[in-house]
This record gives sequence, C-alpha cells and structure tokens, in this order.
Amino acid sequence: MLKSIEKNNNLLFVDPDPLDIKLSKNSFLNNFLNKIMKNKGAIIGSVILLFFIITSALAPIIAPYPVNEMNFDDSLQGPSLEHWLGTDEFGRDIWTRMLYGGRVSLLMGLFAVTISGTIGVTLGVIAGYYRKLDIYIMQFIDILMTFPSLLMAIAIVAVLGVGLTNAMIAVAISAVPSFVRVVRGSVLSIRETEYVEAARALGVKNWRIIGKHILPNVISPIIILATLEFGGSILSAAALSFLGLGAQPPNPEWGALVYVGKSFLSQAWWMTLFPGLAIMLVVLGFNLLGDGLRDALDPKSN
Amino acid sequence: MSSYLVKRIFTMIITILGVSVLVFMIIHLIPGNPINHILGDFATEESIRELEIRLGLDRSIPVQYFSYMLNAIQGDLGISYITGYTVVEEILNRIPITAQLAFFSMIFGSITGIVIGVIAAVKKNTIYDQLAMLLALVGISAPGFWIALFLILLFSYQLSIFPISGYNGLYSLVLPSITLGLGTAGSIARMTRSSMLDVIKQDYIRTAKAKGAGVYRLIFRHSLQNALIPVVTLIGMQFGYLMAGAVVTETVFALPGLGSLIVSAISTRDIPTVQGLLLFMAAMIIIVNFVVDLLYTKLDPRIQYE
Repeated sequence: MLKSIEKNNNLLFVDPDPLDIKLSKNSFLNNFLNKIMKNKGAIIGSVILLFFIITSALAPIIAPYPVNEMNFDDSLQGPSLEHWLGTDEFGRDIWTRMLYGGRVSLLMGLFAVTISGTIGVTLGVIAGYYRKLDIYIMQFIDILMTFPSLLMAIAIVAVLGVGLTNAMIAVAISAVPSFVRVVRGSVLSIRETEYVEAARALGVKNWRIIGKHILPNVISPIIILATLEFGGSILSAAALSFLGLGAQPPNPEWGALVYVGKSFLSQAWWMTLFPGLAIMLVVLGFNLLGDGLRDALDPKSN
Repeated sequence: MSSYLVKRIFTMIITILGVSVLVFMIIHLIPGNPINHILGDFATEESIRELEIRLGLDRSIPVQYFSYMLNAIQGDLGISYITGYTVVEEILNRIPITAQLAFFSMIFGSITGIVIGVIAAVKKNTIYDQLAMLLALVGISAPGFWIALFLILLFSYQLSIFPISGYNGLYSLVLPSITLGLGTAGSIARMTRSSMLDVIKQDYIRTAKAKGAGVYRLIFRHSLQNALIPVVTLIGMQFGYLMAGAVVTETVFALPGLGSLIVSAISTRDIPTVQGLLLFMAAMIIIVNFVVDLLYTKLDPRIQYE
C-alpha cells in the first residue's frame, strides 16, 4: 500500500531525482523483455542459438573423441551409441567434428558481422550526417549492391585466394552495403529531429551530436540487422567452403564437412545431413531472433 | 516519364561503368602472375616477355582498362587463358542453361511462395499461418547446396527418377530448379503474406465484403491482385540472388552454366573469364532491376515517376 502511494507521488510531482531516470530506463528494458518473452519465434531462436553456442564453447570438454583421431576400423559407420552421428571416411566421430566445427562457423559469423558492422555503421553515419559526402558514398554502395553478397564474396576470394581467413574477409566485405543502407536511412531521419537541430544550434560539436544523440537512436536497426547478417554470414561462409573456396578440409567448419560428405553421399548420408542441419538451425535461430527483435524494438508496435 | 527514363538510363550507365572499374581493379590486385600460371615455372625470359605483350600486360593499368572497355563495348571480352575460346563464346555457350535454370526456379519459387503466403494471410494467426511462416523461414535459412544433396539422394540415388548430375535436356533441370526456387519461395511467401494483410485492411475490401462478395472472389479478385504488386517487384529483384544461387546449384549438379564456369575459372585463375563473367552478370542484374522498376509503374498506376 505504502509503495503504491510512493509510486503515485512520483507520478504526480515531477521530481528531478536521478532515480526517475533509472525508472524510465528500466521500463524500456522491461517493455522490451516483455515483448521478447511473448514472441515465440524469438524464444525458439534464442534456445537454438544458446544450444550451439554452449556446445561449441564446451567442445574440448564434452566432445567424446579427439577431433582428428582416425580409426579406420570404424570408417563410414552410421549413427550408433558409440558414435551418435556416425563416423566419416577416416573413422572420425562426426558429432565431435561438428562441435569443433561450430566454433569455426560461429566465430566466422561473429568476425564477419563485427567487421562489416563497424565499417558499415561508420560509412552509414558519415553518409547520413555529412550530406556532401552522401552522394559519393551511396554511389559506391549502389555499385557494390549490384553484386549479390555471395557473388561478391566469390569475387573477393578470387582476388585474395582460397582459404578460411580470406573467405571470412570476403563475407565481411560483402555484408557492408546493407549496414550502410540501413544506418544511413535511420541517421537521415534522426538528423532532422528537433533535438538534433537544438543541439546543433547550441553549438554542440558534430562528433558529440553523433555519439550522444544519433548513434543511441540508430542502435535498434543495427542490432536487428546484425542479428540477421550473423546468420547470413554463416550461410555465405559455408557456401564458400562448400565450393572449395573457404575453409579447407580437414578443418571441421560445417560447410567444409558437407563438402567432404558430398563424395560419400550414397554410402554415408549422415556425413552430409548433420552438418547441414546445424547450419540450417543456426541460421534459422538468427532469423527467428532477428524477426523477434524487430517486432520488440519497433516503436510502432507499442 | 521520359525525363525520368533518361535520368534512369544515365545512372544505369554510370553504375555499369563503376562496376567495370571495380571489377577491373579487383581483378588486377590478384596475387600470382597469370603468366607463370600459363607457362609454368620453367619459362624463358623471352617467352614471358612475348606473352606479356600478347596479353597486353606490359601496358599501364589505366591503358589496359580503356582498351578492355573499348573492346567490351564491341562485344569482345578477351580470350580465356585456359580453353583458348573467347570469353563471349564461353558465355554464349553456357547462358542457355543458366537462363533456363533461373527461369524455372523463378516460376517454381513464385508459385510456391505466393500459395504459401496467401494461405498464411487468409488463416492469419492460426497454426496454419505459423507453420507456413516457419516453413518459409526454413526455406530462407537452409543452405541451397545441402538441400540439393538431399534431393539428389532421394530422387536420384534412391528413386532413380532424375539424373544425378550433368545436363541432358530439361529433365535434368528439375532438381536444380527446385533447389534454387526454394530460397526465393521463402522470401516471396513472407512478402505475399504481409502485403496481403496490408490490402485486407483497406476500405475497398470492407466494401466488397459488405456487398456480399464470396471468400474466393475477395481473395483472388480484390486482394491478391493488388497485394501482388510489391511481390512482383521482389521477384524481379531476386534475379541477382538467382545468379548467386546458380553458382552453388550448378556446381552441385555439375551443370555447364555460367555459375559453374566462374567457380572453375577462379580455381584455374583464368582472369579474362572471371572478369568478363562478373561484368556480364552485373550488367544483367542492373538491366533486369531497371526493367522491373519500369514495370512497377505499369502494375501500379498510383506510382508515377517524375
């Protein structure tokens, strides 16, 4: 009872108490969490992702066999109690290799999103905020956008040469244009708002306006896009490995596992099925979470 | 309209030129000298010099670019280092397969996507809707090469209905088209659903309902026709995705199209072929997007370009 009176008091009297600010921040977070918890897709997506993140992180502990241990007596065995997901042509345990491969695939995605996000957000903010540079940056981005991201990644690998690191860089570069587009659009709308105009009128420096007023307001679309691009990057990296342009066997990256499995498709379907399933589930997880975040962070859905 | 058209064609040409500069720059940063690749490690100084002159590699990069573009405009994209055919010949030989593959997968993807999207929209917020949307998302998330392998396992190895790989008439394009179409079907289904839901909210749908229009008439005559406008644009914009997907699909099914050509050209460092193909694919994508943009005005009379 007392508490509710206190609450009412807070509402009635505008009090410059710093606690109030905390309250409003909490209510934003609460609101967000409420919406996310009601979103079935986001929950399922998070559970899938947590499963793969935890199992990959714990790979050295939970993997039943050493990752490259060969055992020719057990080659091309189907799923069994000893080998849950079967073995490959050298008798290596597929489940073990997938655990380690998850580390490569997830880190590749993380790396690609971090790099493309950093470059893309920087260029997007510059294009959106400094109108004079906008036309040049966007013309360049339009040219890059002509190439679908996988095709561009392939072209970049052609330049850099085949391999895991180069594939990662290629995927990262190919994801830059979408970040630039999204961030530029958001910055454009925010730079015209009254509070930014007021800050500018007060003589606040540009970098401070960007850091304090613009970036915090474009963070939602960046988070949503980063989530979706995380999945997309894993998919592109896997496709490059499958084409023989990315991670090379015996690296257990998931795309590379499918690439190896392809040659044994009719004898050992498990070599192809499970790594591909892992790619699909992780990408699905990111897409579900991204869609959920979009619904929860969109102010219009309030 | 005509001034818009002129402006649009102008930016299109600028973009194609930009792409050509970009591709040229990317390609000429390639480490590894193509001369070594062609002649091997034991070439004499003299033969290296001779080949450099023959391939024009002794000139400066800008000069090489301008002579390349001058030739390109006249339909000459150079000669493949590996096969000895001209790049244009290679493209012309292989384009029918990629074009057919793109066409059939677009048809398969559009029909599947629109049907799933309409079902989801009509049954909004039911279990059917949720299942349809989950299915669409699975289609977007699943790696194309993986789906391809399982279609091969099921229909080629187990049931022996379709050939495992290679091109032997339209029959061998069935599995590749399904593979490539599934990814587009996912995006099209999602777009169809949201676009249908937008249209269903409109006043004229309420009016039609009030006038006693039947469910099917409401869906097909009044809603779908208008809801399809953004979907058609999306289908057009998927052309680029299809080109990229063709690279993977053609490689899995060993189809002799443009996509598999670029992968093999990259692994053999056949620079003229890689360069010509990238330029050709980009130009195709730019032109298709331009045509889709123009079609948009025909489909939706509310949109007018100034």
